Parts: sequence; structure tokens; C-alpha cells
Amino acid sequence: MLVSVYRYNPETDNAPYMQDIDLEIPAGKDLMVLDVLALLKEKDPSLAYRRSCREGVCGSDGLNMNGKNGLGCVTSLSEVVKKDKLVIRPLPGLPVIRDLVVDMTIFYRQYEKVSPFLLNDTAPPAIERLQSPEDREKLDGLYECILCACCSTSCPSFWWNPEKFIGPAGLLQAYRFLADSRDTAKEERLAKLDDPFSVFRCRGIMNCVSVCPKGLNPTRAIGHIRNLLLQRAT
Amino acid sequence: MVSSVTNLGRSGVYDWMVQRVSAYVLALYTIFLFGFMVMTDVTYDSWSALFSQTWFRIFSLMALLSLGAHAWVGLWTITTDYVKAAGPRFLIQALCGAIMFVYVVWGVQILWGN
Repeated sequence: MLVSVYRYNPETDNAPYMQDIDLEIPAGKDLMVLDVLALLKEKDPSLAYRRSCREGVCGSDGLNMNGKNGLGCVTSLSEVVKKDKLVIRPLPGLPVIRDLVVDMTIFYRQYEKVSPFLLNDTAPPAIERLQSPEDREKLDGLYECILCACCSTSCPSFWWNPEKFIGPAGLLQAYRFLADSRDTAKEERLAKLDDPFSVFRCRGIMNCVSVCPKGLNPTRAIGHIRNLLLQRAT
Repeated sequence: MVSSVTNLGRSGVYDWMVQRVSAYVLALYTIFLFGFMVMTDVTYDSWSALFSQTWFRIFSLMALLSLGAHAWVGLWTITTDYVKAAGPRFLIQALCGAIMFVYVVWGVQILWGN
């Protein structure tokens, strides 16, 4: 199999380039892309990429594989390789630090903007803040996000306005706390989002939904936020 | 909160609403005009008779204002996506605004003038 991998070391390279490597894939196994990266690193130890849990839980190895974002560790060759060729690039739209390692600062800054923690100004009860099973159910499909950035870096609106548009990952978390029955800062949260960029730069093209490795739906969450903003303003 | 002074309504939800409402008005106007052209024989007389009625002038003015607002929201969005330098972006937005203003005033003159 031919693997074409994005290489850039700012200390030695003037510009990024694609390195083509012919790789012998062991027969009878369906490897994950992360396994392929490990094989590549055996051949060329200078290749840099992030990985940690290698089972789709930590969200470190978000990559662009044959044009589609996903986690290298849970994307099998059988689902991504076309015509015996695999092109691996870093997540699009973020500055490259080296090879497949991107600088996620701007992504985290947008995440920080939505205050991704419970805000509650009432006195804490002795043990814990209780929630009914129905209220808890509202957080399903929201809390599972692992912040791998596959969604936000597949979103053209985030590419054009990464410092103004919060992006699908941040907005999914914004709604996660707007929907939480224990949170008392709904009005403050909504007030921060009512500008033409933070939420409304979403054009609903659903790239985020098609790439999310956890099967989440940020477009639906953004729709819910928009409805809350409309109810608040009309 | 991202601040912005060049968009139509300062607020995201306002622009979003204007875009939707104006789209409905434009769609109704287009369907009506299309229906008129199909159902009647379009001559100078039938056309000027249509435009001499107050309700149709009001409908046309509504469509014209909707077009101006719709185009402003849309073009503002496109320029903020694709024109990165603030100076040229502002100039393009000002040019779009001026053209839309001319169209609206000119349209009012055509509709209500002699």
C-alpha cells in the first residue's frame, strides 16, 4: 500500500511536503490508521504524531485521512483506503507544529469561551446536586465529546473565522451546559452567544456530524441554541 | 461575545430572523409574478394596470426592502468570510451598501413616481 504522509519540520524544512512510502501491510488483518503510523515510524523515526489511549477515548490522534477527519486509532484501513492509497494529513485549518502535530490553542480558546463548567449560584446541598433521570437524559449525545477537534477542523466557517466562530465542538459543549437542569446561568450564557459570529456563522452543512468519531450531532445542538436565542429575543 | 458594527442588526439572532422573513417575502413575490406572467397575457396595459394598484405597489416595496436587507445580510456574511483585510472589506461592504441604497430609492421612485 502506498502511504502519502504530510511532513514538515520547521527547523529543517522550508515548506511542507508529502512523503510517499510503500508499506507492506500484514495480510489477514484490518489495521487501524494509527497502526500504520507506528509502522511508518519504525521506518522513519523522525515522523511526529500524537497518540495516547489508542482506543478512541482520549482524542489525541485526530487526523485527516484520505480527505476525511477522524481518529487514527478507530479508523480501519478497510473503511478509508481507496485504490491501495492512503493520504494522511494533519487536521486542516490549525497551524502545524510538526508533521501531523497541530497547535490546538485557538480550538481550546473557543472551548474556554463557552464556560464549559457548571455555574450555579445557589448554596450547594450537603451531598450533591440531584437531577431527575429525565433531566439527566437531556445530556446524552452532548457530554460524550472528547474534544478531538475533528468536527471544528472540518468546518469551513471555523476555517474562515477561527477566532470568532466558536465551532461545532465548543457549541456542543455550550448546549451541554444550557441543557443542564443544575445550571443557573442560562441567561448569561445566551447573552454571550447572541452576536453574528459565535453561533450564527454555522451554515448547517453538517460536516461536523459526518466526521464525529463518537457519532455526536453538533448541528442539532446548534439548532437548539438558536431556538433558545430566538425564544429569548422574541 | 464577538463585537461587530457592520452587520445589519448588531445581533446574530436579528440578522438570522431578517434573512428568513425577507426570504419568505421574496419567495411569495416571485411566485406571484411568475403566476401573473403565466395566467395573463403580459402587455403594457396589463403590466401598468397591475402596478397602478396600491396593494401591489406596497407588495413590491416590501419585496424591494426585503431584497435590500437580504442582500446586505448575505453579502456581509460573504465578505466577512472571504475578505480578511479589514480596510478592503469595509470598502466592499460600503460599496454594496451604497448600491443597495440606490436600488431601494430608485425602486421607490419607479413605484410611486409619475
